[in-house]
Amino acid sequence: MRIEKRLQPSQTMVYLSPILALVLTVFAGGLLFAALGHPPLESLAIFFIEPLRDTYGWSELAVKVTPLLLCATGLTLCFKAKIWNIGAEGQFVFAALIGGAVSLQLTEVQGFWVLPVILLSGALAGMAWAGIAALLLTHFNTNEILTTIMLNYIAVNLLLWGVHGPLKDPAGFNFPESALFAEHTLLPLLSFDYRVTVALFIALFMVVVIWVLLARSLLGFQLRVLGENRNAARFAGFNSRAIIWFLLLFSGAMAGLAAISETNGPVGQLIPTLSLGYGYAAIIVVFMGRMHPLGIVLASMLLGLTYLGGEMAQIDLGLPKSITGLFQGMLLFFLLGCDLLIHYRLVLKERAFGVATT
Amino acid sequence: MKLTPLLALTAALLGWSLASQADDKPLKVGFVYVSPIGDAGWTYMHDRARKIVEEEFGDKIETNYVESVAEGADSERVIRNLSARGYDLIFTTSFGYMNPTLKVARRFPQVKYEHATGYKTARNVGNYQARAYQARYLAGMTAGAMSSTNQIGYVAAFPIPEVIRGINAFTLGAQATNPNVKVKVVWINTWHDPAKEREAADSLILQNVDVLTMHTDSPAVIQAAEARGVYSVGFNSDMSHYGPKSHLTAAVMHWESIYRDKIQAVLDGTWEPKAIWHGLKEGVVDVAPFNEAVPEWVVEKVNTVKMQIINGEHAVFEGPIYNQAGELMVKEGEQLSDEELIELEWYVKGIDG
Repeated sequence: MRIEKRLQPSQTMVYLSPILALVLTVFAGGLLFAALGHPPLESLAIFFIEPLRDTYGWSELAVKVTPLLLCATGLTLCFKAKIWNIGAEGQFVFAALIGGAVSLQLTEVQGFWVLPVILLSGALAGMAWAGIAALLLTHFNTNEILTTIMLNYIAVNLLLWGVHGPLKDPAGFNFPESALFAEHTLLPLLSFDYRVTVALFIALFMVVVIWVLLARSLLGFQLRVLGENRNAARFAGFNSRAIIWFLLLFSGAMAGLAAISETNGPVGQLIPTLSLGYGYAAIIVVFMGRMHPLGIVLASMLLGLTYLGGEMAQIDLGLPKSITGLFQGMLLFFLLGCDLLIHYRLVLKERAFGVATT
Repeated sequence: MKLTPLLALTAALLGWSLASQADDKPLKVGFVYVSPIGDAGWTYMHDRARKIVEEEFGDKIETNYVESVAEGADSERVIRNLSARGYDLIFTTSFGYMNPTLKVARRFPQVKYEHATGYKTARNVGNYQARAYQARYLAGMTAGAMSSTNQIGYVAAFPIPEVIRGINAFTLGAQATNPNVKVKVVWINTWHDPAKEREAADSLILQNVDVLTMHTDSPAVIQAAEARGVYSVGFNSDMSHYGPKSHLTAAVMHWESIYRDKIQAVLDGTWEPKAIWHGLKEGVVDVAPFNEAVPEWVVEKVNTVKMQIINGEHAVFEGPIYNQAGELMVKEGEQLSDEELIELEWYVKGIDG
């Protein structure tokens, strides 16, 4: 058996690889549970099925998926054009800070426009933060990977300054948290029994938007060309500067909306540990989802499920938290492994015209 | 007949006690931890206490925990999952779980919750804290006596009252045995990140510090001190096996007395949502056994002050206390009240950082 380069990357494997990776993860996970002395099938059921046994479980998956998906929609466009925006995390955090400050300002103000203003402030703040990276990239040709990562750290420290300083709850005994947001500044719940807010629909709507954009618009075509070959894009007369600005601002806005979906949704206040790494996890979602709108929906659900499953495994099986990390690690490991089959193939038998041995 | 109501009452009581005997399902007690349990630190001591009470109550209770639960949207789901799975009493052991605990508690009125280190309570949510600053003071006395450069390093997580109280108490203790001592603080903005903790400790050692302590969760600071040949003072748990030569003592937490009382109260049906703040007197905080490098006179002095604090003859925040700017904050003969301590936000003289 040997590995041989394919003449052309296999389109089948592009889509088969994540499924294969999932199957391998489940299989290896079963072995892992068995090695830890738990019945493999039951344990797998607790990890993957138990969290989704009831409506509440599905609603919690939606809560986990909403910010991931919003961040991922923006990143999908960026990555298609090979603009490596690693800064969704910082854009998220900065937008949370600004959106949170606006929400607190509007505590006493009623009106139908309150929520749109908050959503807009979050989106604009995310855009502003991404705009810094766009400016540096288009005018100084700075590597966007480095600038966006560095901006992440700055944003986190700004948030810390906010909750330790001006936005601290005056009645909060100096603990680093803002006051709880007023009821009317929170995103409406879909049902009082669950934590899902209208932000889920915003996320799904944005998925449709990028789908249309990628498949049906000139811009979608331009950004794909930009991703394939920057010189070709220039020769074709595309304004690559404008496209870069659009992509970074768009993904900033999406990260900003993700932030509001979290602060004005399940959390309801500003706290130091707001993001839980959504901006980074979204990068994994985009790659696992093959940069396809439908793919990122499935991938974010799968990644979200590993968090819920990990919690269930702790509660029901008494396994440590590392089980979440192990499953996520296996998923990525097998995915990268299977991706090899996009460009290479396994050849089982030596061909007749192979090296002569006699 | 006068006897009838009495008889009825007896019968009712008898029936009730029989009923409660028949209900011998173990009490399910859940714990939510902010970091991995590991083998030292904040979460380790909570889990140690969990194991101790589980052992003591035997089959009357059943305990379980969820570790490394982030303080954000995730924590509410974990607390809710435990509540929905029939847990009767849930301890949420980090400050950031306060509002999530309250939110879940509203939906599960029959479940009892105890939240550590916050300030809010509700109909079914109690609150418990440890007066760690008392042990800090004693640990500070030891550190002050052992410093020859008069510079002590302190790696701290977040500038919140709990941490600031500890730094102040430690500094006051150190000044009690060494009036010239200065305490340098480095903030790392995380409870648990061994690499950052280690880095902060190393940078302090480069600044001529010869005793190190921390308000973070891992033993990384102790390991740094051991490797660089300076002294250290542990926190949360006895960390002497991480620094056999360097670890002088530690300010330790013994949560089991609180857990024992709370579980017993729920079993007896006498549980009430209270805000409690226990310290040396109740045995919730203490100092760990001393390293043999600590001279006898220091150990004696620390033990004397410990007894004085327990007897109420001495308070950690007793005047005169000056702040960093040299202003008199607590007058001679006065002391800070619990209300003032809970929102303490200023630093005592001698702290640098």
